[in-house]
Amino acid sequence: MSSLKIICPNGHLGFAPLKTGSFHIGVAAAPDYIAADSGSDDIGPVPLGSDVCASPKAWQRHDLQEMLLASRKLGVPMMIGSAGDTGTNSRVDMYVEMIREIAAEHKLPPFKIGWFYSEVDKEFVRGKIRGGSAVTGLDARPDLTEEEIDATSRIVAMAGVHPFVKLLEEGCDVIIGGRSSDSAIFAAAALHHGYPEAQSYYLGKVLECASFCAEPYGAKETVLGEITKDAVEVTAMSPGQRCTVASVAGHAMYERSNPFHEFVAGGMLDMTDCNYKQKSEKTTSVTGMEFVPAEQFRVKLEGSGKLGERFVGMAGIRDPYTIANVDAVIEWAREQTRERFGPDGWELHYNVFGRNGIMGDMEPLKDKPGHELMVVVQGVAPTVEMAEEVTMTGTRQLFYARLPDVKGTAGGVSFVLDEVLHASPAYRWTLNHTMAVDDPLELFPTHTAIVGA
Amino acid sequence: MNTLKPNTPKRLSDLAKTIRSKNAGTDKITFDIIFREKDTYELVKRSGALTRKSVCEVLNVDPARLTDFVEYDPAYAIKFTILRDRPSGSPGDGDIFGAQQYAPFLDVVVDITA
Repeated sequence: MSSLKIICPNGHLGFAPLKTGSFHIGVAAAPDYIAADSGSDDIGPVPLGSDVCASPKAWQRHDLQEMLLASRKLGVPMMIGSAGDTGTNSRVDMYVEMIREIAAEHKLPPFKIGWFYSEVDKEFVRGKIRGGSAVTGLDARPDLTEEEIDATSRIVAMAGVHPFVKLLEEGCDVIIGGRSSDSAIFAAAALHHGYPEAQSYYLGKVLECASFCAEPYGAKETVLGEITKDAVEVTAMSPGQRCTVASVAGHAMYERSNPFHEFVAGGMLDMTDCNYKQKSEKTTSVTGMEFVPAEQFRVKLEGSGKLGERFVGMAGIRDPYTIANVDAVIEWAREQTRERFGPDGWELHYNVFGRNGIMGDMEPLKDKPGHELMVVVQGVAPTVEMAEEVTMTGTRQLFYARLPDVKGTAGGVSFVLDEVLHASPAYRWTLNHTMAVDDPLELFPTHTAIVGA
Repeated sequence: MNTLKPNTPKRLSDLAKTIRSKNAGTDKITFDIIFREKDTYELVKRSGALTRKSVCEVLNVDPARLTDFVEYDPAYAIKFTILRDRPSGSPGDGDIFGAQQYAPFLDVVVDITA
């Protein structure tokens, strides 16, 4: 074919529902594929570590249903990457099951579903290190150590195009992917039809966040990308949006440290010499992209490690003298916690909103606090009981802080709730690394089945 | 930082179409300052209001934490990226998405006579 069309209705499927109006316009444009990414590391390390979703099931199901019904009506493949926010094995299984349920509910004729997993066994990664193949840190992180592996709860590998292409070659109508590079989902479809790598990866890059490449700003609207052997054209499907040179070029910057380079498993998309042209009112055409294959096949790993159970407390401050001495108030509460629990084995974290709760040390106005403050307290400890007591001590002792010249001697802080709230366990990102592999498919086992047979 | 001339005070928020911040992966926050017209973009570049040095001063971060600083002509944008002091979503992180770190740049003064 001389061109291939893909629509993308959502940049993070499930995180907020797709807008059906522009999606149906996109479906009416007769695309060859319907695809979306469903993951992000923006949501922090908790969902990966504890193997839960950040998105409500109803919203995930809403979008999967819209996409599945359209894909089966048109007879074109549907592709999803990074199932259920994190792309862990359990999230892939959950999406496959949702597809089966929707198909049964709507009595869809039989179709072939394919899926792949992305979780990586900790011992496999340890074996790489012991075998002398360094697991290299990204973004100024040191190389991975065995201690960090021990501290890790769960690891996923970021798939490139390879498992998607394999499942397309096997004739799948629906593909549910584990953790994947968002651009790889779309690029795989184009590569499967023989389009060049540079244009294919650029197609993925521009479609991955749906209408974030259009203006005016408005998320969750469908965009359509069309690839030829020379160019990628992208068109906003929402009646109120356009893809302009500024919006499409601007999207190359979004959520990445550098607007020129996009790294994927197997190489790098170079957008340095991209040429953007307004082709018609809603369509921008892009040429000049290049793809540089990697010398060694390395896969990105994401890992999350549990720090402990967590509770949250909150305390307000209105007295200007107490506000000026809030650090001493916090130190008092820490000292009481140390007296009770000893110097370590627990953590207290304080965010002082109204001063620098959002920006921390980067806050230029941290010496000019507001007239009232909200102190958010997070206590972390090995057990639920201890975390609750640590947090309660770290919160309630703010009330009893002994400031020498305070006029108010009946309580130093205000409480919205005189309790601490059980929060998700605390995790931290332990892996943001790359690991060499021999075979692009070895971390991503694929499976297929017939649904509705 | 550039010198404020009393008759030409302009803030970046008067000149830019978009001033935003967002995670770039788990360990970085990236900032985008985007202009509507080429002229304004060129003016701000000429003014020296946004440089590797000035953005580190605004955020009070060691220059070693600035990993990228790019003037991106196709989008009339100045873009820079810093390393976080802890990975996103660690306990105590006040901005898991990194989405509210741009605010100090709204008030950066630009010498429009440069």
